[in-house]
Amino acid sequence: MSKKIGFKLIFIVGIAAVLIIGIFSFYNIRSQSDALQAEVERHANQLSETVKHSTRYDMLLNQRDRIHTIINTIGKQPGIHDVRVLNKEGEIIYSSHEQDIGKMVDKNAESCYACHAANEPLERLPIKERTRIFYNDSSRVLGIINPIYNESSCWTAECHAHLKNQTVLGVLDVTISLTDVDEQIKRGEINTVIFALSAVAALSLLIGLFVKKWVDKPVKELVNATREIGTGNLNYVINEKKTDEFGMLAKSFNNMTKKLSEARVQLFQSDKMASLGRLAAGVAHEINNPLTGVLTYSSFLLKKTVNNPEINEDLKVIVRETKRSREIVKSLLDFARQSVPKKNNVNIEEIINKAVSVVENQLSINHIELIKNIEKDIPQVTVDSNQMQQVFINLLVNASDAIGSKGGKINLSASVIKLSPYGITHIKQAVCPKRHDLIDNETKIDGMPSIKLKVYSNGTQGYINLDPVYGRSNHIFHFPMNLEKDYKLVCPKCEISLMEEGKRCPDCNAPVYSFEVPSRGNVQGCLGKNCSWQKWEAVDLGGQKDYLEIKISDSGCGIPKENLSKIFEPFYSTKGQKGTGLGLSVIWGIIDNHNGTIKVESEVNKGTTFIIHLPINQN
Amino acid sequence: MKNMDNGTTSPIGRGKKQWDILVIDDEQVIIDAVVKICSSENFSVDSAIDAQNALIKLVKNYYRLIICDIMMPGMDGFDFLNELMERKITSPVIMTTGFSTVDNAVRSLYNGAIDFIPKPFTSDELLNSVIRGMKYLKIQSLLKNQRDDSAVVYVPCPAKYYRLGYSSWASEESTGSILIGATDLFIKTIENFSGIDLLSTDEELIQGNSCAYFKDQSERIYPLLSPVTGRILETNQEAAKDKTLLEKDPYFEGWLYRLLPSDSEYELKKLINCSSDRL
Repeated sequence: MSKKIGFKLIFIVGIAAVLIIGIFSFYNIRSQSDALQAEVERHANQLSETVKHSTRYDMLLNQRDRIHTIINTIGKQPGIHDVRVLNKEGEIIYSSHEQDIGKMVDKNAESCYACHAANEPLERLPIKERTRIFYNDSSRVLGIINPIYNESSCWTAECHAHLKNQTVLGVLDVTISLTDVDEQIKRGEINTVIFALSAVAALSLLIGLFVKKWVDKPVKELVNATREIGTGNLNYVINEKKTDEFGMLAKSFNNMTKKLSEARVQLFQSDKMASLGRLAAGVAHEINNPLTGVLTYSSFLLKKTVNNPEINEDLKVIVRETKRSREIVKSLLDFARQSVPKKNNVNIEEIINKAVSVVENQLSINHIELIKNIEKDIPQVTVDSNQMQQVFINLLVNASDAIGSKGGKINLSASVIKLSPYGITHIKQAVCPKRHDLIDNETKIDGMPSIKLKVYSNGTQGYINLDPVYGRSNHIFHFPMNLEKDYKLVCPKCEISLMEEGKRCPDCNAPVYSFEVPSRGNVQGCLGKNCSWQKWEAVDLGGQKDYLEIKISDSGCGIPKENLSKIFEPFYSTKGQKGTGLGLSVIWGIIDNHNGTIKVESEVNKGTTFIIHLPINQN
Repeated sequence: MKNMDNGTTSPIGRGKKQWDILVIDDEQVIIDAVVKICSSENFSVDSAIDAQNALIKLVKNYYRLIICDIMMPGMDGFDFLNELMERKITSPVIMTTGFSTVDNAVRSLYNGAIDFIPKPFTSDELLNSVIRGMKYLKIQSLLKNQRDDSAVVYVPCPAKYYRLGYSSWASEESTGSILIGATDLFIKTIENFSGIDLLSTDEELIQGNSCAYFKDQSERIYPLLSPVTGRILETNQEAAKDKTLLEKDPYFEGWLYRLLPSDSEYELKKLINCSSDRL
């Protein structure tokens, strides 16, 4: 993953560097070669003028041998390809290559072309047009023609070779080899390429090092952390020291795992409580019938044996103990019964005050000071006022017991805070468009019943159990197929399609499924590879929701760390014979039934704080 | 409620066998126990293993009193109560269940049962309820045979009061507290009523659970089921001392507790509004 990012960065930066250096050097080389060529041109022109002027006198005197010697001498200079003079008919009169003398040059030859391109030959040419570059045996050659014009001294010369009405008498053609120049340009090109390549290499190395140090390491750490968390170790913490975006990510990641672990504890507890409640109800019912047999017969016998004190005493024990069993079963039923709260819109302050008035006596006897800190104008909450009162009374009594008779303080505060629903909200119900229940109680994910759907993909079929926590994707796949491209989800009971026609996942473009949560809208999601996109508008709509936070903290003996996770379990008690061990589990059940959460923070000998979050309905 | 309006005691059809008690329970051990206990007091007891069977027996025979379990396979206790009402069978019914929730108790009494005994019960708890049932029958037959309104058999609950079946009443006070007490019919079903045991202030009452214990001269105890949930603000010490106060004026001077209700708005809906008794 990190390597890929590194490669991508290097690739992109490399291409950019090559492009920039390429374009720059292309223009650079071009202008340099243009300048070089212009210099050669100037040089050629100068040479051509020099030849023309130095031969002028000899021409007038018609001393052909001297002209030959001059041209030959000049033509043998290194870099000069050829120096020749053509007459008007195109015949080569002088040339540094002697074998060419006397040859005719075609009007279309490159040396004549400039003037003879038009039908009527041009007589005057600007310098620029007099030069030309052509190839001679694969090396470039620059040629410059210099027309020799007729002047009075020509036609008045003794040889009378030229007539007065002629304009151009011939052409001096000098050609200079460009091999040197070309070599220079080539060298420049090679240098540029070497420079570009080494720049790209250096850049890549730098980026590679940077990515390794600043991206690779933190990403590796994050990947490690997600793997750890994936395997269930929610206590894993990443180093938050960095101040860059990775530091921020680490911070929010740690925050997420913290929240996740809290949510998991809550959900686990929720499920355990629910099943325990059902169990308790079932057990209570089942036990009550045989207990009735015991109690009726024994109490009946008890009456009959009034005259037999020995048996009567024993029977009394049986009746007494059976009645005790009856009370135990009754408390179990009370525990199971919290499942249906009778909710009303109520003012939480009133409930707190009622609860406080119940325990006030006990607190003052134990010299405990109760400090209430309730935010003003808290909106009403929808709760079962009786159950809530029970919660506060129990927590206050617990706090008082923790402090004991030596005296201390209890702080009770209530305020409104904001919490986010994504990754926490439990999808408790799910149905297909034909109202078939999709919840699978047999396959549980993190203790919660999952959502079972049938999958068709590439002609094969199978099942999937979706994670019932909104925004989380610990799905269980019961097939070996790849879902990356096309798949279809249907209701396992009626085979009705659950796909959203034409809709695609905004993250990975996979097809989107959707099922209904009765009276809470639809949940959409996708099964694309490595994609965990889900959308539950009804829940998202609120965004962060308002919660009522109630804190009850005491200055009591505290709870040892190893016991903190157990305190909400039924029958867990540190009060010995004094308590039933049902109190906190009942509280937990009540808060859960109100879609709220309760957690505990404690330090031995410093005190314990219970924190309750209850949803506030916005309307 | 219907039982009270057209209460009859002996609509014995031709050739119908008369029994004192019919016990319906899906557990044989409980049937056996009930039969044994009631027989010891010389009641004739018949039994049925489920509601269907009971209905068949009810066609053939006449039963003065029915003891019925709520949770049974097939037709449950509440369906059975409705079926009785539809067939105009007016024998009083005592409901019992192992799943003794507040809801079950309140619903039983709302649907016309005269008493609710949570399982497991002792032989006395059962017998006392049966004896009260028999007394209830007597009162109903008095009411039936008395053609004119010359003598008052029992005083019905005043308007604007709420009652939990025939046992307790509740009345809202302007201050938000609630007064509760026992109905005249409940007191009248106790023969040789001798006095009451009350709970003390600050104790919590739960709707449908026992809140006071009525006693007769033979030391039998009859629990009164509370009509609402709440904390006791005040107990009527006068009534506790002087039982005649209860007998003479059970709805006003003979109140038992003043409560701070926890959710009266919801709970009162599950009670019978006494204003409708007068229609």
